Parts: sequence; structure tokens; C-alpha cells
Amino acid sequence: MTETTAPSASADERLVRVGPLGRLLIRPDIGALLGAIAVFFAFAYFARAVSWLSDPGIAAGWTDQAAQYGIVAVPVALLMIGGEFDLSAGVMIGSSGLLLGYLTTFQNMNVWPAIVLVLVFGLVIGLINGLTVVRTKLPSFIVTLATFFVLQGVNAAGTLKLTGQTAIQNIDSASGFNSAQKFFAGGLTHYDFKVKVLWWIGITVVGAWLLAKSRFGNWIYGAGGDANSARNVGVPVARTKVVLFMMTSTTAALMGIIEALELRSMQAGEGIGLEFIFIICAVVGGCLLTGGFGSVIGTFFGAAMLGMVQLGIVDAQWDSNWTFTFQGGILFAAVLLNTLIRTRAQRAR
Amino acid sequence: MTAAHLLEADDISKYYGNVVALKEISMYVDAGEVTCILGDNGAGKSSFIKLLSGVHQPDAGRLLVDGEEVHFGSPRDARAKGIATVYQDLAMVPLMSIWRNFFLGAEPRKGVGPVQWFDSATAKRIVRRELSEMGIDVRDPDQPVGTLSGGERQSVAIARAVHFGARVLILDEPTSALGVKQAGVVLKYVLQARDRGVAVIFITHNPHHAYPVGDRFVILNRGQSLGAYEKADIDRQELVRLMAGGSELVELEHELDEIKADLG
Repeated sequence: MTETTAPSASADERLVRVGPLGRLLIRPDIGALLGAIAVFFAFAYFARAVSWLSDPGIAAGWTDQAAQYGIVAVPVALLMIGGEFDLSAGVMIGSSGLLLGYLTTFQNMNVWPAIVLVLVFGLVIGLINGLTVVRTKLPSFIVTLATFFVLQGVNAAGTLKLTGQTAIQNIDSASGFNSAQKFFAGGLTHYDFKVKVLWWIGITVVGAWLLAKSRFGNWIYGAGGDANSARNVGVPVARTKVVLFMMTSTTAALMGIIEALELRSMQAGEGIGLEFIFIICAVVGGCLLTGGFGSVIGTFFGAAMLGMVQLGIVDAQWDSNWTFTFQGGILFAAVLLNTLIRTRAQRAR
Repeated sequence: MTAAHLLEADDISKYYGNVVALKEISMYVDAGEVTCILGDNGAGKSSFIKLLSGVHQPDAGRLLVDGEEVHFGSPRDARAKGIATVYQDLAMVPLMSIWRNFFLGAEPRKGVGPVQWFDSATAKRIVRRELSEMGIDVRDPDQPVGTLSGGERQSVAIARAVHFGARVLILDEPTSALGVKQAGVVLKYVLQARDRGVAVIFITHNPHHAYPVGDRFVILNRGQSLGAYEKADIDRQELVRLMAGGSELVELEHELDEIKADLG
């Protein structure tokens, strides 16, 4: 633009001068960052007996827990921004881990091809969820709740029928276990940081890039913000949503693989309850329940916060039953804070 | 019919079952002109737009683009001919920023091979340029569309249609939900679009909004045309009288004066 065509934008008297702090506060992820910092320093005080601040082993503990939440929370957040829920994301971890156990111990498959089949299973479940939602136009809350219960029953009954027990054991007896274990669930240093943490960071970076910088990301915002308008301007809304469902259940399958390789066995009830933790991470990260708004980076900090709470309560030698109460409190505080920040930032005229 | 017009409707009719929604309506528009379609609620304005934009198909009569008869099977066909419709709901997502909305569904991309990303720098630059060329003053292309006023939103929608190569711009009641001042702003952008060589079809029930910008007026009443007038052949009073049947003239005159003052 040449200087002659228009006065410079800064001359606009309606533009309230926004300082760097004000600009920062508009971002949806800032509440989660501040919350994570607050929780970190709270436990630095309450868990000072185990030297929360200085012991790398402590950090290895909570990052491991945070990674378990954060990996699947990323696609769950994208799906929420796209206007849908997936309540089967938790149980899918169990189903996928059990499937890996079944293929390796009962079918004597090598771990690597078994992993490929499990990921394909994740894609298929996501496809079923997604197609059901866009075809029937039923709320995804209901559709994926049904998937959740169907899989929960299959996990329990199938495991019992196969093993006579509630878990599939001895996954480490399969060929290819050691190399796969290193890649998905190995350790990084002698402080016991896990490779899982790198998966968490990597998936966060990819998710954040997709949302902010890709055409698909624009479609996610559009599909969740106003599906009708998005369709009118040519966004393939149905395809976008189906892909998001497939990303979610496939990432849950990846998490199942990681857990099965880490624990060397898989419980039939594994993963159940995590679906709500993922949603809490996304909401703490600034995602709206109504879709169209949210942040992957914020979700990362949300997962970090919940991981710290989970381990911090143990490290502070409190009764770990309080964890749920803390999670509920964090969810409520995050929603209030996000609403406050958003209404301040986007006050309509 | 003499010379080929950019878009022309020739005696088109539409029936819904045994209800006659539109009966033998004719009108045309050329590049750099504004044709106004006026009518009260239920006059058939919406049905007429749907025929022009390809949502419905006429049951009789012809649609012509550049003098050639066309059949629009869908809005996509109409868009391919350069006919863009800005509906009342504007097809914009309130929570998304102006630049994201502007390119939603038509994102400019760059990248290497299969790795392609949304070129947000180019998108923001184009939005700023397009809006300032239309004389639209946005404070910040990053602000969510939901924080814009109704008139500003309408203006962004018009700029978007013009940018994506609209030759014919159909505006569905763009001023009906707006206050007097905001309506004046939108009317200014209608003229801006016209001056850039776009043919504008302006649908409204308000003769005071239509008269200052229109080159030609088609008045609909209960699905029938009360006549098509060139601006030279009709004055504002007559247009108002045709629309209102003379009964509500006093109140309307009051509104007229407000608009006059507003448009200078």
C-alpha cells in the first residue's frame, strides 16, 4: 500500500491503544499458561519436602502424566473447535491396547505390523463416529457416548473370554517388542523422562500448526463457528468433521499402543474416565463448548496443569482422592476466567 | 430485446404447486449499473433472488447471461457465471477474524510440493487492500467479525464478493436490518461496487434506500411486476407512491428527510 491512498491505520481514533499485556490477554491460551504457572509454584511450596522445584525426577513424573492427558487432548481440542465431542476417546485407549495385546500374544504377530493394524482400527472407529454424526445429524455427544459404552462392553467381555481374567498380559513376549517399546514408550535420560513427552510436544506442534497455519485449520474454525455459513462459502464441513473424528480416535489408538508397550499388559477398563480429562484440558486451554474457538497451545498447558495436580497431590502427601475435586475446581475456574477474558476482548458494539 | 445485457430475466415465472409465486417478471442489469427490485413482504422478492442465484429454477421464461440463455442447476452454476449473492445472513462466522472469514473456503496457499499452508500474510494484505479500495475502514483485520456492526459486516461481505470476481452482485435486503446511518454506509459501498464495473441487483422494500443508488427500478407486488422504470422516468415521490399505495406517505416522508440529510 502506498502512503497516498489511505491515512495510516494508527490514525484511527476508535482503536483503543492496546499495550502488549492487553494483546496477550486476548489470546485464548493465556489463561491456561497463567494457571499452569500458578499450579507449578503452588506445588513448589506444598511439595517442598520432596524438592518439587529442583528434582528432575519429580518433573519427569508429572510430565509423564501430562503427556498421557495431552497427546489425545490435542485432537479432542481440534474436534471441539470444529463443534463436536468425542466421548469414546478414553475407552478407545483401552480397546486399542487390548487389540495390540490380542494380536501380539494370541495371534503371535510381530509388534510392528500389529501397531499398523491398531492404527487402522483407530481410523475405522473415527470414520464410523464421524459418518454417523454427519449423516444422522444427531449430537456427537450422544453418538460417541453410544460408541463409548459399546466398546466398554466389548473390552470387558472380550478380555474375559480370551484370558479368563480382566487383563491381557505378557505383551513383552512378542517379537519386535523391544524396538517398538524404545520408539513409543522408552526413557530419555537417567532421570526417567519418557519418549511419550516428545510425542506430546510433537503432536501439540502439529496440531497448533494445522489450526493456525493450514487451510484445514480455517475449515475447523468455520465448521465449528457456523457450519451453515461455512458450507455456503464452499467449506466441505462434513468431510472436515469426519477427518477430525478420525484424528481423535487414531490418536487415542496411538495412546493405547504407548500404554500397552509401557505397561506390558492391558487392563480391560483402561482409559475409561479419561474422555472427560481430555475435555477439561481443552476447556482449560480456551476451547468453547459451542465450538468455533479455542487453542491447541492452551490445551497443552491445560494438560500440563492437570498432570502437575495429579502428581503434586501425591508429592504434597495429601489424600489423592482430592485429585478429582481439584480437577473440578480447575475446570470451573478456567471456564470463568476464559469467559471473562473473551467478553473483555471481544466486547460487541 | 435489443443489445445483450449482462444479466437478463425474460418473462420468468415460478409456481409452488398451484400458488403463483412470480408471474412473467422481466428485468435486466448491465455492468456498472444498479437495478433495484422493490416490493413489500410477500411480493416475491426472495423467490426472484432464488431464481437468479440458481437456488430454484424458473418454471417458465428465460434467464440470459451476455445474451445467451442459461440454466442454473445450483448456486455453484450461477457463481461460475460470476453471479454472487450476498444473503441477509452473510455467510460469515462471527467468532472468526475478518481475514479468516474473507477467505473461508477459498484460502490462498503456498508451500512446497504436498506441504501447503494457508498464506495468512497474503490474506491479510489482500483484505486490507480490498477493503480500503472499497473505502471500507476496518480498524484491524484480526478482529472477530462478531465485533463489527451490521453495516460493516455487510460491507465486508460485499468486498468479498467483488474480490472473488463477481460480475453481478445480488444484494438481499442489505439495509433492512440497519439504522439510517449504517444503511447510508452500505449504500455508499453499493455505489463503490458499481463504480468498479460490477452489475448490482439491489433487493429492498425501502424506496428511500433504492432511489438514491438505483439506475432502474422493478416493482413487485404479489408476484407480479407493477412495471420497470428507468430513473429518468420516475421520481422519488412516484416510486414511494407505487410501493406504499399512497397510504403511509406521511410517515415515509419523515424517513425520507432523514436519509436525505444523511446522504447529503
